[in-house]
Amino acid sequence: MTKTTNRATAHSAGTAVSPPGRTAIPSGPPASPPRSWRSHPLRRATPWLFLVVPLALLITFTYVPVGNMLYYSFTDWDGVSPTRNFTGVDNYKQLFTRPELFRVFFVSFYYLAASVVQIAIALYFATVLSFDLRFRNFFKGILFFPYLINGVAIGFVFLYFFQDGGTLDSVLSWFGADTGHAWLGDPESANTSLAGVSVWRFTGLNFVLFLGAIQSIPGELYEAAQLDGASRWQQFRHIIAPSIKPVLSLSVILAVSGSLAVFEIPYIMTGGATGTSTFVIQTVKLAFQFNKTGLASAAAVVLLLIILLITWIQRRLVPDERVDLV
Amino acid sequence: MGRKTLASALLTAAMLTVAGCGGGGAATGETAAAPADPGDASGEITVLTHRTDLVQNGTMKRYAAEFNKTYPKVKVKFEGITDYEGEVKIRMNTENYGDVLMIPAAIAKNNYPKFFAPLGDSAELSKKYRFSDKTEVGGKVYGIASFGTANGFLYNKAVWKKAGITDWPTTPEQFLKDLQAVKSRTDAIPYYTNFKDGWPLSSPWTNSIGSVTCDAKAGDKLATSAAPWAKGSDLNTIDTLLYDIVHRKLSEQDPTTTNWESSKNLLAKGEVSSMLLGSWAVAQVQDAAKKAGADPDDIGFMPFPAQRDGRFCATLASDYQQAVNIHSEHKPAARAWIDWFTEKSGYAQQEGGVSALRTAALPKSLKPYTDNDVRLIERSEVKTAQVNAIDDAAEIGLAKHDYRQKLIDTARGAQQGSLDDFFADLDKRWNEAAKTAGS
Repeated sequence: MTKTTNRATAHSAGTAVSPPGRTAIPSGPPASPPRSWRSHPLRRATPWLFLVVPLALLITFTYVPVGNMLYYSFTDWDGVSPTRNFTGVDNYKQLFTRPELFRVFFVSFYYLAASVVQIAIALYFATVLSFDLRFRNFFKGILFFPYLINGVAIGFVFLYFFQDGGTLDSVLSWFGADTGHAWLGDPESANTSLAGVSVWRFTGLNFVLFLGAIQSIPGELYEAAQLDGASRWQQFRHIIAPSIKPVLSLSVILAVSGSLAVFEIPYIMTGGATGTSTFVIQTVKLAFQFNKTGLASAAAVVLLLIILLITWIQRRLVPDERVDLV
Repeated sequence: MGRKTLASALLTAAMLTVAGCGGGGAATGETAAAPADPGDASGEITVLTHRTDLVQNGTMKRYAAEFNKTYPKVKVKFEGITDYEGEVKIRMNTENYGDVLMIPAAIAKNNYPKFFAPLGDSAELSKKYRFSDKTEVGGKVYGIASFGTANGFLYNKAVWKKAGITDWPTTPEQFLKDLQAVKSRTDAIPYYTNFKDGWPLSSPWTNSIGSVTCDAKAGDKLATSAAPWAKGSDLNTIDTLLYDIVHRKLSEQDPTTTNWESSKNLLAKGEVSSMLLGSWAVAQVQDAAKKAGADPDDIGFMPFPAQRDGRFCATLASDYQQAVNIHSEHKPAARAWIDWFTEKSGYAQQEGGVSALRTAALPKSLKPYTDNDVRLIERSEVKTAQVNAIDDAAEIGLAKHDYRQKLIDTARGAQQGSLDDFFADLDKRWNEAAKTAGS
């Protein structure tokens, strides 16, 4: 009941049901209260005005292409022909009746294993460099540097690195190690090498994420721990590890989805030859070599769903609980 | 509120999607004809080309200046595109893909009338130009070849001489023996696959279809073949040779890190003894030889090692075909450029290719062929559209390098399987695809 009255008041201020205070001005047309900026209708639009540009960009460059992709995945479009036929779920049916298309996910295990190594290395260095060390900014720079380099450039650099008689071989020969191994020559060695490059490239990112989280831990905690006689390991185990848990879980999600969607490095370095093809490379080839844009779009949608599913499972298994150190 | 926002965002996205799918105005199918009087052609035309090197070093500008002597009112602009295939294909979803362009391989032949202006009747143009059947749709021709190439092995004569070989091998087995001789008697790598760059595994090998059986229609026959890799077929002979080269360790030790640019130097300096390429490559390798201080005359060119009735054969296949954008506003000027570039620019000669003009002389790079009575046969392209459709549906990629990379991996033991199984699998996929596509 009160609600209705209030609304009525607001709508017809100064008329019959006006609150007693306002009856002081009886004559003339009902004067509306002076409009302040607070009640100005544009005020409600202001946040939207600020949001227009980013939203427009987001919609144009993310949602429209994704919408297009969804649409293509239901057609038999070849990527260039002006005509395309609606084929329903035919592409998805084809995709799921061809198990060989999913075999490439085995390659992802190499990258998944590599990301475990990557997170471990990043965590180690982030912990070490969060303490007061000589040259720590220098080392931070060195570790983060690879992440700043363009992935294509990294591909080319490492192509020379792994070449027969290339950098890796000559470095090994200084130590008298046997050279002549074709690093990209067989699937196992090639995938391991490529995963190694990926570790080299992305460790910096994980490192910075961890370092940021570690540095946000208040210093008194360490002092208190030291007073209690905690060792460095105990400090890590009971102070650092719990407080960076959200960042750690984010890193795991990034690592899993990254491993499933590896593209740049293997594409530049081997082009997917010698058993290094990943799901994304395969999709690109379907779309741009065999002109099956419809099928490739369906494959991309499936990859998106798989990643969403894995993320969801991961969030269910490790819920994002609030971290409270004190 | 949040849910509403998301919904409206999705709605907007959906609307934009639908809007984006429209577009593409109607285009007329009038023939792009060069004006009778060169002074009549005018306007600014854009030429899309894959030859970024020629755009950068100014060669294209020089051609344009030469062109302007005859057609003073036409301004020619060039756009060199590195990833030509990928980029132009996407641009062709709009109307803005230059005035003159090379027809990307991805465009299905029956779509040509939707994208390009017809250049004339095929009966008339085929008399004047080679390779015109490649772009013939419904009696009209939509493209004129920039040039054609014959394929063959580039080899270093000095190295082969040192290995004691003087005559061209006439069978694949003989060729392998010769490579073996090169391996045992010299330090050179007998054959360089260019595995990493890939394309040297695709077009030079695939364009040799027809060279083996000396059949201009060998390519067309794939459209109706149930087993293209059956014993004795062109593809079988070609791919078996590649397999044997790698399997007998006559190729480079680590194929995965090869480099095309440096391979030219290796061949020029005699560190590599042979590579299968097109005749256009002769000039480039001779250039590399000059720069490296080696003798350019050492670079030889020999046909695929197979003979029919005591004669070698080599298929002539067309390179990119030049076409006029159907949406172009300066079609006469565009056509004038194509005609001039094909007939008068000397581009084909310069590149060591066979001019599309039937009356033009063969290039210097093919002199070894003409001297040795090699039969040049012009590849028939009547069924190319069907063959490509089957090829795409089967996801084999005759004109792509992936399956030959896999062949090499199988040959050197990096992937499991035998050659027979490999061919059987290809045949099976081809056959299945032929049932659904290409008919």
